[in-house]
Amino acid sequence: MHGRVKVKTTAQQEEEKKKEREKKLKVYVAARDACFSKRKDGVLDDEALQLTQQLLSANPDFATLWNYRREILTHLETVKDEDEAQKIYEAELSFLESCLKVNPKSYGSWHHRGWVSARLPRPDWARELSLCDRCLSLDDRNFHCWDYRRMVVKMSGVPVKQELEFTDRLIGSNFSNYSSWHYRSTLLPLLHPGSPEPPPSRCGGDPPHSCSPPSPQAHFHRVCEEQLLKEYELVQNAFFTDPNDQSAWFYYRWLLGRAEREEVISCAYVSREQERVAVAFSRPVNAQSGGLLLVLDGQPQRAEWRSVHPHFKHSPVWICDLPPGTISDVANEHNLTVHWTEKHTHRDCALYTGRSESWCRDTATDLELFRSELSVEKTSVLQSELQSVNQLQELEPLNKWCLLTIILLMRALDPLGYEKETLAHFQTLKEVDSVRSAYYSDLCSKFMIENTILKMEYAEVRVFSISDRNLTTLCHLDQLLLVTHINLSSNQLRRLPPQFAMLQCLEVVEADNNSIENLEGVYHLPKLEEVSLKNNKISTLADLQPLASCPKLRRLDLRGNPVTQTANVESELAELLPSVADLLL
Amino acid sequence: MATEDLPSDFDIVILGTGLAESVVAAACSRVGQRVLHLDRRSYYAANWASFTFNGLLTWIQEQNEEPKPEEVRDWSGLTEEGEELIHLSQADSASITNLQVFSYASEEEEEEEAANTTEEEKAADEEVVKESSETESADSKEEEEEKEGAGEEEEQANQAEGEEPEADQPHPSSPGQSEPSREKISYAQLVKEGRRFNIDLVSKLMFSRGSLVDLLIKSNVSRYAEFKNVTRILTYRHGNIEQVPCSRADVFASRQLSVVEKRKLMRFLTSCVEETEEQTAYHGRPYLEFLRDQQLGDNLQHFLLHSIAMVAEDTPTEEGLASTRHFLRSLGRYGNTPFLFPVYGLGEIPQCFCRMSAVFGGIYCLRHSVHCLIVDRDANRCKAVIDSRGQRISCSHVVMETSYLDRSKVATPPRFLSRAVLITDSSVLPSESNQQISMVTVPPEGGSPAVKMVELSSSSMTCIPGTYLVHLTCRSVGSAHQDLSPLVTRMFRTTESQEEDRRPSVLWSLYFNMADGMASQVEGQPLPSNVHICHGPDSALGHEDAVQQAASIFQRILPEEEFCPPAPNPEDIVYDGDNSSTGEDRGDMGQDDGQNPEQNQNQENPDPEQNQNQENRNQNQENPDPEQNQNQENRNQNQENPDQEQNQNQGNPELQRVGPEESPSSS
Repeated sequence: MHGRVKVKTTAQQEEEKKKEREKKLKVYVAARDACFSKRKDGVLDDEALQLTQQLLSANPDFATLWNYRREILTHLETVKDEDEAQKIYEAELSFLESCLKVNPKSYGSWHHRGWVSARLPRPDWARELSLCDRCLSLDDRNFHCWDYRRMVVKMSGVPVKQELEFTDRLIGSNFSNYSSWHYRSTLLPLLHPGSPEPPPSRCGGDPPHSCSPPSPQAHFHRVCEEQLLKEYELVQNAFFTDPNDQSAWFYYRWLLGRAEREEVISCAYVSREQERVAVAFSRPVNAQSGGLLLVLDGQPQRAEWRSVHPHFKHSPVWICDLPPGTISDVANEHNLTVHWTEKHTHRDCALYTGRSESWCRDTATDLELFRSELSVEKTSVLQSELQSVNQLQELEPLNKWCLLTIILLMRALDPLGYEKETLAHFQTLKEVDSVRSAYYSDLCSKFMIENTILKMEYAEVRVFSISDRNLTTLCHLDQLLLVTHINLSSNQLRRLPPQFAMLQCLEVVEADNNSIENLEGVYHLPKLEEVSLKNNKISTLADLQPLASCPKLRRLDLRGNPVTQTANVESELAELLPSVADLLL
Repeated sequence: MATEDLPSDFDIVILGTGLAESVVAAACSRVGQRVLHLDRRSYYAANWASFTFNGLLTWIQEQNEEPKPEEVRDWSGLTEEGEELIHLSQADSASITNLQVFSYASEEEEEEEAANTTEEEKAADEEVVKESSETESADSKEEEEEKEGAGEEEEQANQAEGEEPEADQPHPSSPGQSEPSREKISYAQLVKEGRRFNIDLVSKLMFSRGSLVDLLIKSNVSRYAEFKNVTRILTYRHGNIEQVPCSRADVFASRQLSVVEKRKLMRFLTSCVEETEEQTAYHGRPYLEFLRDQQLGDNLQHFLLHSIAMVAEDTPTEEGLASTRHFLRSLGRYGNTPFLFPVYGLGEIPQCFCRMSAVFGGIYCLRHSVHCLIVDRDANRCKAVIDSRGQRISCSHVVMETSYLDRSKVATPPRFLSRAVLITDSSVLPSESNQQISMVTVPPEGGSPAVKMVELSSSSMTCIPGTYLVHLTCRSVGSAHQDLSPLVTRMFRTTESQEEDRRPSVLWSLYFNMADGMASQVEGQPLPSNVHICHGPDSALGHEDAVQQAASIFQRILPEEEFCPPAPNPEDIVYDGDNSSTGEDRGDMGQDDGQNPEQNQNQENPDPEQNQNQENRNQNQENPDPEQNQNQENRNQNQENPDQEQNQNQGNPELQRVGPEESPSSS
């Protein structure tokens, strides 16, 4: 038709493109080979700089060439004066900028830029910052750029406050940006020191002796709380706007959270009969390094510390046996001190006349141990946070982040009081987020165990009973060092894990109606006498092997386990566990 | 004027350079049709045009002139056996009415050409002048103190009454003191810098996913223009201007919503994208009822109904939801609001399509029209036209704007839009940036219609720095002044008040009514089957109507052809030795066999030379704001200097499409 534009056919275009590509490749390969041979010959001249530039602008991810370039530049630096070096490096920066346009996420380019910026005699950090801002405005999650920016900020000493404002801006334009939230979490403690680690919260009662005196930074707290409240508001705006966005929730968890606990000796236990000392730490440690010293009646002892199970190099519980006869005489009183030299902390324990054992410890209640996940100074603050998240939950009853946060807040406020609600929320969570139902089950088990520990401590007994709670896992076993009776019946446990060996005082285990197939943790328990494992899944004699290490075991109930079907099971067991007098199959 | 004749044979003759006509022209030229595109006006884009301030004053003057009696000439000498003539209207006397101009800016020595009001409007005028004269004299007085030069009134009526109230003008007003930084812009300044205004006759915005943006991208016409995002959506409520949170970031940042409202709003916005049974149950019932039953609360209901759906309270739910979805679909494509605005004004858009047409061989003449159509009586088809120079030009199709039809033959009496154009001195909602482009919705109140208001800052290159250009549009109830001036006096300062008044002052205003294109559809008109009518601008905010008209006309003319396919890459175009008509080079404008070499010189061809116009425009601005460096030339230069790139992130849709469209949300 008249006047119609004639356009090349696709085949023609393809042909042309193909030719062009081939031509390009030829040029590229030739330049690359030239570069390699120059480098081999140790040539560090301008021409090499040109060649690498040509190649890198086509392919900025060619790490070898960046290395070669750095060799050349370091060489040039030695032969030129400062002004010339400045010029060379500035040219390098503008070249890098063009590379970043080709690939804004090129590892090589960003790394090289960092290297150049650090070597530049007179760096222009303002320009670097504005480059980062531009890159982040194009892609606010370019982590290369975030990294580089952090370096620039550090080198140029940008005030923290200004950086916080920067995160304000980025979060304002798109709050689904975990990088910005995270950056905030690193800036806030710098701007308001003292805020991230408030002293353990207490609700009434006399502070126990173990509690540290009020923080010297107490005067910061007002400021911090103000800041925290502002942060709560900000982050609430985000999760109310989009409750499915995880970045805001993670940040909220951080805000509500508290720093890791200090490493202290939480319990020292001594048994006259076993002539054994057991020490529990607030965190797993390695006591074999020689940092744990035992002083008995003023005399340092040569103690061989071992963890409760050969699995553990790091463990919260360590034991050592005293030389026979050291403390066996009931008429004697002994004073014992354990020193943890790595943290300059110690704990005393007195074994009085006539007593067969003794201990000294901080209880979980004292330490507010199970609130440590979430803890803010004021209950009222947490209460109002819970209220607003509950409000969100009313609007979004099936939002997993919301449910989980409610559970955490409830635990921080009153773990026992909210137990029923917590369980209900876990149930919903497992339904709405079935992919993670096992995670929620484990988490729920953990919380149930914590609650049981608290109940046990309030009752001041050494019996730990948690039956019919759908437990899928055992944890906090280091807290059960003093427990003599444990009842784990009617749960969904599959094993008694190696940590179970921390229950050094255990005499009776009831674990009927579980799915236990592994008894690894029933290992060298010096006082264990009775084990009831009715209706579990122990299937071989080998699974029972660990029991052989418990010298006092005399009653074992294995009814309803596959192992009872094994031929000669009775005689085999008699051989394996000679101490067991009362065997139920 | 050209002394030589046009070619005497075209495929398509198009009358009027409004948006729909221009799109048809571009679409037809693009697929190889020979197009003759005429407009009897001296400017492009008909009622879609944008004017400089001075251009607008001239336009006002022209509108007020008595239409010349139509000369009836006998063209029978040009007809053949079996042909008859349909005479066309030679002036558009009906589409603009009730024009009224008010100036509140202080006067200076120079006297400008006055905008004369027509006789019948005088009365109405004077009423307002009484009210506004206080302002004027106050301004004059301030001026006197500073410059010792009392201004002269622009309008006759003003001159008559302007001096009187000066006696009871109490003292220099307090706002002047409370805001000393607010520099008064005088009328003379408006005139002097008039070239930097681009004042649109229609006020519309482009939905980012509307049919116009899609068409601009698809056809590559977007390369001829630049766009800015509308930066915020506002609403007028309880006498206050509030920002409407509509994007995720807005909702997050909003201070006026409670967190629960935030959740409810976000949930509504995400849920209404998909059709649900619950929604279907409300079909036929008012949207307001649906919203009310969503337990959204008054705040959110207001935002959703008036600012997001932009519908009336009794609009049926399905329609309300459709509008809401249209709004939401467009959101986030180029920014935090769903709207784009063309830099240099809406009048650019029809011109871009004309330019596309010219590039593909379309021939353009302004101040040139067609007197009559020559119709083959038996076939009832238009065979040819007789142009205003008496030349017979044969064609197979004629496309024309409604106003070319003889008025007596238009069946439906037209409905009107009320328009107001204000030049103000500050924004209705001042913020950190003084370069906001705002869309303001004013819900209907006590019988007055819903008003759509667009406030443009100088970054849109439609007004001078320090001023804002405010467009108000509503469906007419009475005259534009009756419909809109009550709102204007509520939202803006037209009189010097004594108490603290933070409202923006109006420096100059224009009211007029324009025929609503939608209403003026021709019914039962016995037109030949190959004559296609485009109606003028409609009252909707978007451009859906014009694009749809153009597409359907194109489809009727060339049912087999694709509508505006992408223009090929320049390097993929094959140039034949003997056919130079396809080049995009300047001066190589696809003339047919070079028959009319003068054409380019005579007619203001919207050809690539427009670039020069744009360059000139930039040169004319003595103090180009860096933010305004939006023109294509600069863009290319700036790529070397990425520091400035940021200023341009609201640019061309085509360019933006290449980049990440929306940043992926976290999962």
